[in-house]
Amino acid sequence: MTETNVGTIVGVSGNLVKVKFDHPVMQNEVGYASTGDADLKAEVIRVRGNIADLQVFEDTTDLRVGGQVSFTGELLSVELGPGLLGSIYDGLQNPLPDLAAECGYFLQRGKYLPGLNRSREWTFKPVAKAGETITSGGTLGTVPEGIFDHRIMVPFRWTEPHTVVSIAAAGSYTVDQVVATLKDPRGQEKQVTMVQTWPVKMPIKAYAERLRPADPLVTQVRIIDTFFPVARGGTYCIPGPFGAGKTVLQQITSRNADVDIVIVAACGERAGEVVETLREFPELTDPRTGKSLMERTLIICNTSSMPVAAREASVYTAVTMAEYYRQMGLHVLLLADSTSRWAQALREVSGRLEEIPGEEAFPAYLESVIASFYERGGVVKLKDGSTGSVTIGGTVSPAGGNFEEPVTQSTLKVVGAFHGLSRERSDARRYPAIHPLESWSKYEGVADTEGVAYARNILRDGNEVSQMMKVVGEEGTSIDDFLMYLKGEYVDAVYLQQDAFDPVDAAAPADRQKYFFARIQKILKTRMNFSEKDAARSFFQRLTQMTKDWNRIPMDAPEFKAKESEIEQAVTEVTDYA
Amino acid sequence: MRKVYQKVEQIAGSVIVVRAEGVGYRELAMVTSPMGHSLAQVIRLEGDQVYLQVFAGSRGISTDAQVQFLGRTMQVPFSDALLGRVFTGSGEPRDKGPAIEENPTPIGGPSANPAKRVIPRNMVRTGIPMIDVFNTLVESQKLPIFSVAGEPYNPLLARIAMQAEVDVIVLGGMGLKHDDYLFFREVLENQGALSRSVLFIHTASDPVVECLMVPDMALAVAEQFALQDKRVLVLLTDMTNFADAMKEVAITMEQIPSNRGYPGDLYSQLASRYEKAVDFDTAGSITILAVTTMPGDDVTHPVPDNTGYITEGQFYLRNGRIEPFGSLSRLKQLVNKDTREDHRTIMDSMIQLYANYKDTLEKQSMGFRMSGWDQKLLRYGQQFEDEMMDLSVNIPIEKALDRGWKILADCFDAAETGIPTKLTQKFWPQKA
Repeated sequence: MTETNVGTIVGVSGNLVKVKFDHPVMQNEVGYASTGDADLKAEVIRVRGNIADLQVFEDTTDLRVGGQVSFTGELLSVELGPGLLGSIYDGLQNPLPDLAAECGYFLQRGKYLPGLNRSREWTFKPVAKAGETITSGGTLGTVPEGIFDHRIMVPFRWTEPHTVVSIAAAGSYTVDQVVATLKDPRGQEKQVTMVQTWPVKMPIKAYAERLRPADPLVTQVRIIDTFFPVARGGTYCIPGPFGAGKTVLQQITSRNADVDIVIVAACGERAGEVVETLREFPELTDPRTGKSLMERTLIICNTSSMPVAAREASVYTAVTMAEYYRQMGLHVLLLADSTSRWAQALREVSGRLEEIPGEEAFPAYLESVIASFYERGGVVKLKDGSTGSVTIGGTVSPAGGNFEEPVTQSTLKVVGAFHGLSRERSDARRYPAIHPLESWSKYEGVADTEGVAYARNILRDGNEVSQMMKVVGEEGTSIDDFLMYLKGEYVDAVYLQQDAFDPVDAAAPADRQKYFFARIQKILKTRMNFSEKDAARSFFQRLTQMTKDWNRIPMDAPEFKAKESEIEQAVTEVTDYA
Repeated sequence: MRKVYQKVEQIAGSVIVVRAEGVGYRELAMVTSPMGHSLAQVIRLEGDQVYLQVFAGSRGISTDAQVQFLGRTMQVPFSDALLGRVFTGSGEPRDKGPAIEENPTPIGGPSANPAKRVIPRNMVRTGIPMIDVFNTLVESQKLPIFSVAGEPYNPLLARIAMQAEVDVIVLGGMGLKHDDYLFFREVLENQGALSRSVLFIHTASDPVVECLMVPDMALAVAEQFALQDKRVLVLLTDMTNFADAMKEVAITMEQIPSNRGYPGDLYSQLASRYEKAVDFDTAGSITILAVTTMPGDDVTHPVPDNTGYITEGQFYLRNGRIEPFGSLSRLKQLVNKDTREDHRTIMDSMIQLYANYKDTLEKQSMGFRMSGWDQKLLRYGQQFEDEMMDLSVNIPIEKALDRGWKILADCFDAAETGIPTKLTQKFWPQKA
């Protein structure tokens, strides 16, 4: 575009401005609205006649009728390149620490900084050779980024076959320096740097094929990995009322999950939680690599007090970056907390546009928007044969903790696992408060399916007995039923519940879970003989105590076996061999 | 001299419309009519039509009222002279003191950069075991007190304010009964705390728009004190009135309501206030305690529900006690590891046992036979309620933990409590 396309503001209401334009504009095009002192980033979200409605990503104070809006001709995009890992961005990819260095304690509107560091040099190692034919997503070279070889790829939008004309020699380059020259089928030469931009609302599709998610993603949370597993490249959601532990569960997952990269999208949630991740992760070491956890983490942080429109953008920014790293054959976990806030951002904008509201005033297109977001997760086989995946885990904060509301329901339709948190479990301090009877998963876990089914039956029957006992009382319950109830409570206490603050119990690796689950199963299948209920109760109290202690012992410690045989011994004493 | 507009085209609710040019969004205007004058704020621009929200309400505004735009947004003065003073929602002195005009600071400013925050690390001691032991209050936390009309939430708020070790107290009262306002003032004065307090008070009879300003004014002042390295405690009561004021204004503006008439941005509006709670990297902190009354004792009502998702936990005040179930301080984990090694265990075990006691109570009320275990639980529950939950208990946390062990030992054997053996060996009181 030769001249800049400039429009004029004719109305302001909340974060929505109406702009009169003379030259063509695009849906979702980015424009900057000027207050005179600052240019505020905005996005076209509706066009009627020669009036465009733009949602402004900042506070609109001081915008006035007659003010100018310059359109950029670009869709809302992010910069992709080395240096993303370890960063902390807002929803529009502004690096927050850099903003803090420049503006101090508070965010300043109209201040935008480049997402990637321009002066840092990266050690480039060429992979492609001159004369080779290559298409979108093909690897030109690599630079080391933390523990990974970051691939410098042919821009994803160049889908035609290109010929490599020249490639830079091994050496140090900044992200803006040209590392390769390619020629397209029409003979035009194009230069490639380490940075490419990609519009956030479009999925990156530079791969060979999509595969079915099959391998379990180990989160080291027992109830998830054993009972309601998540697959690499799968999707899952965690709905729950406030205070049920959604965010803590996400934090634990971000720490312990067995993936290459974790992207945390704090979308419309508390700043304090992001700060915990921000300050703690650099101190924590990743047990898999021995490096700081921050080196595999990327944080997108658009907290609840930051402008609403940027909140809507933030989940897309996050998923685009996840897809980018997937293109390098890495396994990425995207944790979005919370998708309800994102849906509410849609609702606010929809309300301002005076669209006809659907259920609970959410827009009618809510469901399709949620579906297309989760569909961006998946396992793919890349063009070079390696596989990469994006796993998406979203929390949902249903109003009043009622799962019947539109956001939860739309999400449940499209995810592969459902970890429903319950108020009654969190009130009873049974953490993680995932409800063992209501949750489900379509993926395969670490333990054998048969054993899991057996344990779930015991939980279900135990629960039924406990419901019945409320009506008929303990004295009206047979000893067999009562034992069923105790066994259910036992599995719950020692296996489903996990102490997030105990160094050992907090993270249970897959082999420990398998070993442990086999032991529990054996106990569950044991026929026991008790003369009266009080004896049974006090036995199970003792057994629970011992097993909980066992949970807190590292597997390689000598006490581990000792405790195990102590448990075994106790069980033998009450076994009914008849 | 700025131009004066004299033709009001529309008056509805507290919103008036004038035709004017070159007006900025959110700019302030002075509206003068025969019945007096009031500030007003631009809330919408549509061509040359300017929608103004009049702080004092539109009663008595004539169609030829004078509207003069001030070229600035809403500000609050800031200096140490604020301490000990009482203001209205629009910043006018409510006591008989002089108006303050130093350092005007815009209210509702941008949010703090998360990169400049630190992890909260200081406990706020209150002397209330249900808070200190079970749901520790942490500096820079934002915490609502969920309650219903008739509960002593204002006295509880005042008591926490008095006992907490902070430098400055900012009280924002919204829709307060005049008696309650006087109560707060008296308590602060009698305890000698008024000299480190600033009060922004909107009483139930004041114009509704002023109610909307109170949290922003209070928090803007708090922020300035925090930047001066002060630890600030902000008390807001009652946020439900604030939300209702927002609803009232939104409906008159013909906005599409989302849930029970509240505007769709209720969450964002509440969050932008609560998120002002902060612990700065190299400066002071802001802790927010806010009363939210639940209409009909219904926690799923939009106001408490949205609040719960924003804040870092909540205290339920019911029947004059802080309920152990539902009450939660999400930040307690950050500080209770450093108080005493048995803190977390006491906290969890006592609550689990109390939950069992509640089950037993239910069984008992249905007339079932009480087993030996049930008898123990009944005894425990009673002691727990009398010696821990009662709001009159006022002891430091160390004493409260000791008392916890004593109650447990009175009622149970060590193995029955589920407490790790390591701790029972050390702390279980030996029976005399």
